Amino acid sequence: MRLGIDVGGTNTDAVLINGNNIIASTKEATSGDIASGVINAISTVISQAGASAGDLEAVMIGTTQFTNAFVERRCLDEIAVVRICLPASQALQPLEDWPEDLKEKVGLHTYLTAGGYEYDGREIAPLDEGDIALIAADLKRKGIKAVAISSVFAPICSDMEERAAMIIRKEIPDVSITLSSHIGTLGLLERENAAAMNACLLTHANKVVGSFRDALRELNITAPFFMTQNDGTLMNADTVLNFPILTFSSGPTNSMRGAAWLSGVDDALVVDIGGTTCDVGALVKGFPRESAISVDIGGVRTNFRMPDIISVGLGGGSLVDPQHGETVGPQSVGYKLTEQALVFGGNTLTATDIAVAIGQAEVGDTKLVSKLDQTLVSRAMGRITEMAEEAIDRMKTVEGNASVILVGGGSILIGNALQGTDKLLRPEHFAVANAIGAAIAQVGGEVDRVYGYADTPRHEALADAQNLAIEEAVSAGALRETITIVNVEEMPLAYLPNGAVRIRVKAVGDLNANIN
Amino acid sequence: MRFNTNELEKVAEGAAFLGTGGGGDPYLGRLVAQSTYRRYGAPEIIDVDALADDANVYIAAMMGAPTVMLEKILGVPELDLAVAALEKYTGKKADAILPAEVGGCNSMLPLALASARGLPVINADGMGRAFPELQMVTFNVLGVNASPMSMANEHGESIIINARNSQETENKARKLIIDMGGSSAISCYPMDGATVKRTAIPGTLSLAHDIGDALAAGRKSGGAVNALIHYLRSTVYYQHAYKLFEGKIAGVESKVSEGFTRGECEIRAFGEQSRSMIIEYQNENLVARVNGKLVAMVPDLICIVDADTGAPITTERLKYGQRVAVIVASVPPIMRSDAALAVFGPRAFGYDVDYVPVEVLAVND
Repeated sequence: MRLGIDVGGTNTDAVLINGNNIIASTKEATSGDIASGVINAISTVISQAGASAGDLEAVMIGTTQFTNAFVERRCLDEIAVVRICLPASQALQPLEDWPEDLKEKVGLHTYLTAGGYEYDGREIAPLDEGDIALIAADLKRKGIKAVAISSVFAPICSDMEERAAMIIRKEIPDVSITLSSHIGTLGLLERENAAAMNACLLTHANKVVGSFRDALRELNITAPFFMTQNDGTLMNADTVLNFPILTFSSGPTNSMRGAAWLSGVDDALVVDIGGTTCDVGALVKGFPRESAISVDIGGVRTNFRMPDIISVGLGGGSLVDPQHGETVGPQSVGYKLTEQALVFGGNTLTATDIAVAIGQAEVGDTKLVSKLDQTLVSRAMGRITEMAEEAIDRMKTVEGNASVILVGGGSILIGNALQGTDKLLRPEHFAVANAIGAAIAQVGGEVDRVYGYADTPRHEALADAQNLAIEEAVSAGALRETITIVNVEEMPLAYLPNGAVRIRVKAVGDLNANIN
Repeated sequence: MRFNTNELEKVAEGAAFLGTGGGGDPYLGRLVAQSTYRRYGAPEIIDVDALADDANVYIAAMMGAPTVMLEKILGVPELDLAVAALEKYTGKKADAILPAEVGGCNSMLPLALASARGLPVINADGMGRAFPELQMVTFNVLGVNASPMSMANEHGESIIINARNSQETENKARKLIIDMGGSSAISCYPMDGATVKRTAIPGTLSLAHDIGDALAAGRKSGGAVNALIHYLRSTVYYQHAYKLFEGKIAGVESKVSEGFTRGECEIRAFGEQSRSMIIEYQNENLVARVNGKLVAMVPDLICIVDADTGAPITTERLKYGQRVAVIVASVPPIMRSDAALAVFGPRAFGYDVDYVPVEVLAVND
């Protein structure tokens, strides 16, 4: 049995899955200490299923704790950023584009030192180990315990970052170090930002992982526990301790992966409607398509892999123009839906009331909306449908009708037909799709590097990248025989005549339960 | 005139528009300029007329792959070295810095260097847009050689190229770029003030700012694209401006050949599936066709912007499903002479058609 848990800002969901069957599921309130909410949710599903702690093979947890902490500037450590680049890339200092309030929180201990690589792997300059030792001594004097290290073209070669980490660790044995090459892709500033964001979350990661561990221990669960990343794959608890940033945005990813599993459809659009927003994403071979553009998180620009999601202000609690029904959202009554919506005896006309009035949903007291003006109701429903249709259309990558999987509590807003779709799927258990996404998560490996097709023929370069991705997946804990390549991207580097191409490959496989 | 740090954002957005899909994203360039401003203050922007005839004017720019710039963030030291190397070679100290290409990233770097050196920046450039090659500037069209040209890197190394003409300068520089790691700071077309007055396109830097300003104001009132067109029509250079098409991107096909990104993008009209526009590009957008018929061609501006926000979209960011508007606009007359068209008209990019101005095509439509 696999236990999937989603710890959101409001709810903690849990599901118990045996093979391909969901044998129990629950939704509980998230607790301030995290652990007690998790304990409640787990106890509920275990007793629902009549199972015991010993029946669990693995526990998978998805959480927004780290995203929220960063965005809200909570629990952030003071950090240092060491960039290996000189004499190149001195035009901008590390953290220079961070919002002032964040800079204050994490401090401005930044260092530039010699080294880094060209796009073809040549050294810009040798690493100055003496200078790194001086930096390490300075960090020790300042008492800094978290360090991010970046280097020019580190995705091409990470040797200098690793060597520098060794030297610093020798001076400060209990230091936590984040290497940019372990986190981001090409784009020095964005990758360095991601490494720095990760570095300042490490103490918090210890606390959160600790409270998950405590919760499991209290329930006598000895099965290995994993957390989900924003690409829908798993990492073990020790990896989270080092890379909390990899959990960013795993919520929407889990709900999309859960939608794929529930519906049995691997290529489709997923429409996840909650209380306030409608998130539309695209599933490609069972995984969310990633965003191609830079993403700002808490005011910091990163090129961090994130699911490509369109969010529109349409949810079950969205306010509807009570005069004419011409506008819906983006304001919402949110979690107060059950107090403020008409069907629950409140005074606010919400999208849920419209769905009930038109007869496509049964929530609350139907009689309370029976006197609504029919023209207003059908106009508002028309607007709701239009908003969903437009968001769906924007996510399509090919022309024609798409299959759409509807999940989330607010999906009752959607009727039986949407333009531009040929299939509307409403799987059972749609309300806990994100916990299911966590429970079924696989293990992945990824490669992102530049090849010169003039030196390495295209087929050799592609084969090399795929092999590297497979090895990454194996070392992350995937069963080799289950690994498949789920994504290959080639991006030519413009303005260069020797055929330099950036290749990204992602491989995933099933979790090898014997690992850990 | 000076652009403060906030106004730089507007210049950068206007520059992205004038980049017509290429020229590199001005984002990093803007950060570099803003960072330099914090230390040295904003440089003075002077009009061409304010330039003494015997003033020594130098270009500062980056050449190479924008992707490399994302890792090796080129800044003032490299640009300063490029200009210094050329100063040493010619024996003349710089009195002012001239942008070569107002479209894209190269609008920002001259501002950064001028700030650090305390020199004025000339409100002008050599194309009023972006182009992929060195010789594609009015300076060359009007008889100025790109050589002597300097290239400089972060190691304090510099190279002087002294080729027989601008095309040969481009050929040699393009080969050296590889050895320099894919990008380089450059200075070329050293000129005196009189030559700048004769060959540069005046006013383009402040135009970039005003385009960004029009977009920002339009966004507040909810009509960015219309505000942009309205502004363009009030200018001398870009007065023949049209929203030629609006629709959804139905396909993007990109490949690299000979060191450039070449490809095409198809846009399908809203609610009219049979009408589609195809835009072909080589880094920058070159020609636009509606159902096979040419409606705009280089050197006129062909810009793809977000249909709602008017935000310019560079070629590497085009994606299926984006809702876009295509805005085309005339370019300054100096860019439309026979001599100019021979260097950057449709035939210079391999199209077997004569150049027809966008306003003529629009009337015939």
